[in-house]
Amino acid sequence: MLDGERGEAARLAMRIVVELAGVMEADRLIDVASAHVDGCLYHGPASLEFAERLVAGGATVSVPTTLNTGSLDLLHPELVRETPERAHAAGRQMELYEAMGCRPTWTCAPYQLPGRPSFGQHIAWAESNAIVFANSVLGARTNRYGDFIDIAAAITGRVPRAGLHRDENRRAELVFRLSGISDRLLAEDVLYPVLGQLVGREAGSAVVAIEGLPPDTGEDRLKALGAAAASSGSVALFHAIGITPEAPSLEAALGGRPSSRTVEVTPERLRDARDELGTTSREDLAAVSLGTPHFSLAEFESLMPLLDGIRVNPRVDLFISTGRDVLAEVERRGWLFDLQAAGARIVTDTCTYITPIMRVEDGPVMTNSAKCAWYAPMNVGAEVVFGSLGECVRSAVRGRVWRDEGLWADG
Amino acid sequence: MGEGRPLVAGEARAPALVLDEPLSFWGGLDPETGRVIDVHHPQVGVDVTGRVLVMPSGRGSSSSSSVLVESIHAGTGPVAIVMREPDPIIALGAIVVRELFGTRFPVVVVDEATYRSLRTDAIVSVHADDAGATVELG
Repeated sequence: MLDGERGEAARLAMRIVVELAGVMEADRLIDVASAHVDGCLYHGPASLEFAERLVAGGATVSVPTTLNTGSLDLLHPELVRETPERAHAAGRQMELYEAMGCRPTWTCAPYQLPGRPSFGQHIAWAESNAIVFANSVLGARTNRYGDFIDIAAAITGRVPRAGLHRDENRRAELVFRLSGISDRLLAEDVLYPVLGQLVGREAGSAVVAIEGLPPDTGEDRLKALGAAAASSGSVALFHAIGITPEAPSLEAALGGRPSSRTVEVTPERLRDARDELGTTSREDLAAVSLGTPHFSLAEFESLMPLLDGIRVNPRVDLFISTGRDVLAEVERRGWLFDLQAAGARIVTDTCTYITPIMRVEDGPVMTNSAKCAWYAPMNVGAEVVFGSLGECVRSAVRGRVWRDEGLWADG
Repeated sequence: MGEGRPLVAGEARAPALVLDEPLSFWGGLDPETGRVIDVHHPQVGVDVTGRVLVMPSGRGSSSSSSVLVESIHAGTGPVAIVMREPDPIIALGAIVVRELFGTRFPVVVVDEATYRSLRTDAIVSVHADDAGATVELG
């Protein structure tokens, strides 16, 4: 490929992969089974130029490749409050990636699509929450691939044999041990993003083990934990002991070595992590945002009874971001009508924290996502309030923040 | 001063800006102004434009390579990055800037002693090529 026999674009892609192999001190390249590409999000003229150059050079992906969120909602274009120039460029960015043969899935939760990677499979995924989910929950193997290398790997089908592709780098270096957390809190979804926030802050980019979570902890909770830990830190792999596939025991997660450090996770530290996720004491909400990462079918299933017979306050926009495939199933089940009747608006193909959708100038945004709470202030200028799904829904109805303080009580 | 490991080749000489914590460029750096906008970062508001950016490691989103490329392309970016730990996402931004626009942007990893000797506003020369890397005061 470096000789250009597959065209100029493949040569550029291979040069990037080979140079990255040097950076990562890889001994050779390996094949990947699939790719998930984040380059379709518009960052500016240089990212557009990169995609234009690839398409002009005849780029096509050589492995099945899904696309992450873009900067536009192609199904509900009226939701995005972007300048025409920027919207045009963002649309072009999305088109170019589709033109290279990527599937227009437009979701940050590709693990919610059929045909997800299998245990031990080498893949090249971008999007920090998808990376940590693929490694931790599925046991597939990917490094933190970002823009440029994601599409370069998809075009070449190769990545450097380094980092999390290798057994020895998947062992936990740091242990988090839950201590004195009440059974009530352990049973609440809201624990998991807050725990992830704390883990990311402490762990940086280390592989971590988490001890003391209930054995039946479900995928959506692990998704929220990972997304948070990959926002406040750069966690790409966590082992939840007794839950995730590479961690039947703490010894297995540590790979027979002692851990460098154990962090005790107490109710007090969790409350601190929760408080870190809010940026304001204002209570007059302009919006409530759910679905970062994209809402799963199971999450819609939990939401539907909460919306039964209620209507969101007219001063508040309730947004739920999700993937097209999940939305199709929501529609098939007849839930879309009920969601709209309650005043909820569905966002697809993008997300509320990466593109201007919310009326952030009118008041704070409440969210149950630590990832949204972490990034929305920087990306879309929002003041944020963090809360559980139940707190978010009740606050959306009141138009003001409502809190269930009993949730975070000691033991 | 010190020798380092070259991640991406290039050379630069400019005042250093030492960040106390890692910075995720995506969500943390405004490529239109070159300012740190990460509200969680202790140095929110500082301007990285034209600096040799010194920070412990990379952080957060895998979109940081794009923001680095955009800021260098817009002329608001740093001119070199020196870290204590290698970061492929930052290296990628530097590789792509060279492939797309021919701009050489050195990325170097140095040892703890060299890292600790770097101070904000001190002039630092960074040189990286296939043979090795140096980071020197002055």
